[in-house]
Amino acid sequence: MSLKRPAKDQPENFEFNSSSLEAAKAMVAKYPEGKQQSAVMALLYIAQKQNNNWIPLAAMKHIAKFLDMPYIKVYEVATFYSMFNLSPVGKFFVQVCTTTPCMIRGANKLVEACKEKIAENESELSSDKSCSWMEVECLGACVNAPMMQINDDYFEDLDKEKTLKILDQILKGETPKPGSYRGRVNNEPENNRKTLMELKNA
Amino acid sequence: MLKDQDRIFQNLYNDLGSDIISSQKRGDWVNTKDLTDKGRDWIINEIKDSQLRGRGGAGFPTGLKWSFAPKEVGSRPHYLVINGDESEPGTCKDRDILRFEPHKLIEGCLLASYAVQAHICYIYIRGEYFIDGQKLQAAIDEAYKKNLIGKNAAGTGWDLDIYIHYGAGAYICGEETALLESIEGKKGQPRLKPPFPALIGLYGCPTIINNVETIAVVPTILRRGGKWFASLGREKNTGTKIFCISGNVNNPCNVEEEMNISLKELIEVHAGGVIGGWDNLQAVIPGGSSMPLIPKEKCETLTMDFDSLMAEKSGLGTAGIVVINKDQDIIKCMARIARFYKHESCGQCTPCREGSGWMWRMLERMAKGEASKDEVDMLGEVTKQIEGHTICAFGEGSSWPVQGLLRHFKDEIKKRNKFDPIVKENKNIPYLVDQHLLDKNA
Repeated sequence: MSLKRPAKDQPENFEFNSSSLEAAKAMVAKYPEGKQQSAVMALLYIAQKQNNNWIPLAAMKHIAKFLDMPYIKVYEVATFYSMFNLSPVGKFFVQVCTTTPCMIRGANKLVEACKEKIAENESELSSDKSCSWMEVECLGACVNAPMMQINDDYFEDLDKEKTLKILDQILKGETPKPGSYRGRVNNEPENNRKTLMELKNA
Repeated sequence: MLKDQDRIFQNLYNDLGSDIISSQKRGDWVNTKDLTDKGRDWIINEIKDSQLRGRGGAGFPTGLKWSFAPKEVGSRPHYLVINGDESEPGTCKDRDILRFEPHKLIEGCLLASYAVQAHICYIYIRGEYFIDGQKLQAAIDEAYKKNLIGKNAAGTGWDLDIYIHYGAGAYICGEETALLESIEGKKGQPRLKPPFPALIGLYGCPTIINNVETIAVVPTILRRGGKWFASLGREKNTGTKIFCISGNVNNPCNVEEEMNISLKELIEVHAGGVIGGWDNLQAVIPGGSSMPLIPKEKCETLTMDFDSLMAEKSGLGTAGIVVINKDQDIIKCMARIARFYKHESCGQCTPCREGSGWMWRMLERMAKGEASKDEVDMLGEVTKQIEGHTICAFGEGSSWPVQGLLRHFKDEIKKRNKFDPIVKENKNIPYLVDQHLLDKNA
């Protein structure tokens, strides 16, 4: 269980804007009648997106009313799952995977790069307030280790130098290109492919 | 090596494109109606004949699982739930199916839904795979447009709706009942079994839960016949499997191979060998982080399937192979895995919630050489206190890797941790309370 605390400074009010509201209604429609509570995770994502990538308590209250469920149940869900940010994070939210498969391929170098470029500590905003980073558990791209996620995109096959370059880009406000940084195609064995060769050469 | 025409996932490396037209060229959706026309019993029997075992880790026979669904739909509807909450360290196979072979999965959903009489299918995808989930959503939209799912899906006369439900970064939601809790909008904490989900599952209705890879191979099995699938691999461990080879190898990759392939062939041929050569190999985790590691001596002859790995007191799990060479500190590697489990424990059962933290802290100290030598055995006892004393299999998953380390690398730990806490001689330390126990004359 990860320890998560809501931010100290909380906005007074939160309401879905019109596009969020539309998305929220579409989410609720996915589930059977009377089971609207199922949409709570989707709605928390929508609130998080609308509110600069974090969820204030007011949003949880709003969602509880929206789904006709107790506030504490929404709070429970928001604090249980690690992808809901309960305090502000950077516009570019860097998550470095440091679980064993990434660790043995040098994920600590990526952490060093983040410390140099963004902030000394995890979940601390960079000096221009645009970025923050944190260590996370396995992101499920183990054959592309070491890797990191910035917002929704995966950056794979990294080393320290490449990470520094990517971080420089986001600190300038640019959006770097996601995918492998060693130029390999998806998950194929680099320069060593032995299978499905006819398709490759077709 | 498996022949290319026997590979089910032809587009594993995305040479061909994942859209519906190129998928149809590869044979997806070609004669779905002919398959369903043969009836439910034929489908379930064919899957039973193929001896397909679930690809999510436990290896439960899929045909048998489907036959547990009630034969008649009562007052409660049936559901099909696809588990795409792939979070096991070392595993990244489902991601490639979601992004490159989505139509195999969607067609599999239709066939499986038909077999277990479900009209609604939820696909649970881990939240981090948002981009890959969007690719699947695009494929679902394509399928709706071509009337392959929806009302009278693909002309089969069966109605099917498929929805994606995103997780939010909780490893435990890969456990089937925690996954159901999560879809119901609660914390992902596993339920007690029985009742099993096949009778009382999502919203209290009969629910069949399968892994992404399991469902994605179903259409090909039905087209080419259960006998063909059973002819690959060996008895009870049939067919093909996507292996993810990561860690200290020259060319980490995903590759689809026959079951019962030798581990050495996977590493040497497909993954380009261990960094520093085969002699530099230290240990291999054969099936995702929750399976006990296997030391180098046994890797020479090891074959990769459910039963032969079980015989080595390990398991195939998700077939995520993590290769660890001698440049790595094996205790530190396992301490990091223990930290993963400490972070991901859902907190419902005390042995797991507290014990996973104990194991992590002890291993961290052992990696630094700060533990006392008695603690090595104590660690073994702690794992035994967790294993089998929890609601779900997470207890086993977190203690097995530690047990594997103790089984094969106990000498290494003992060599590093020689500290003996028992006072053997008088020292001028007044607060060392045990000194009065010393024999004064000795």
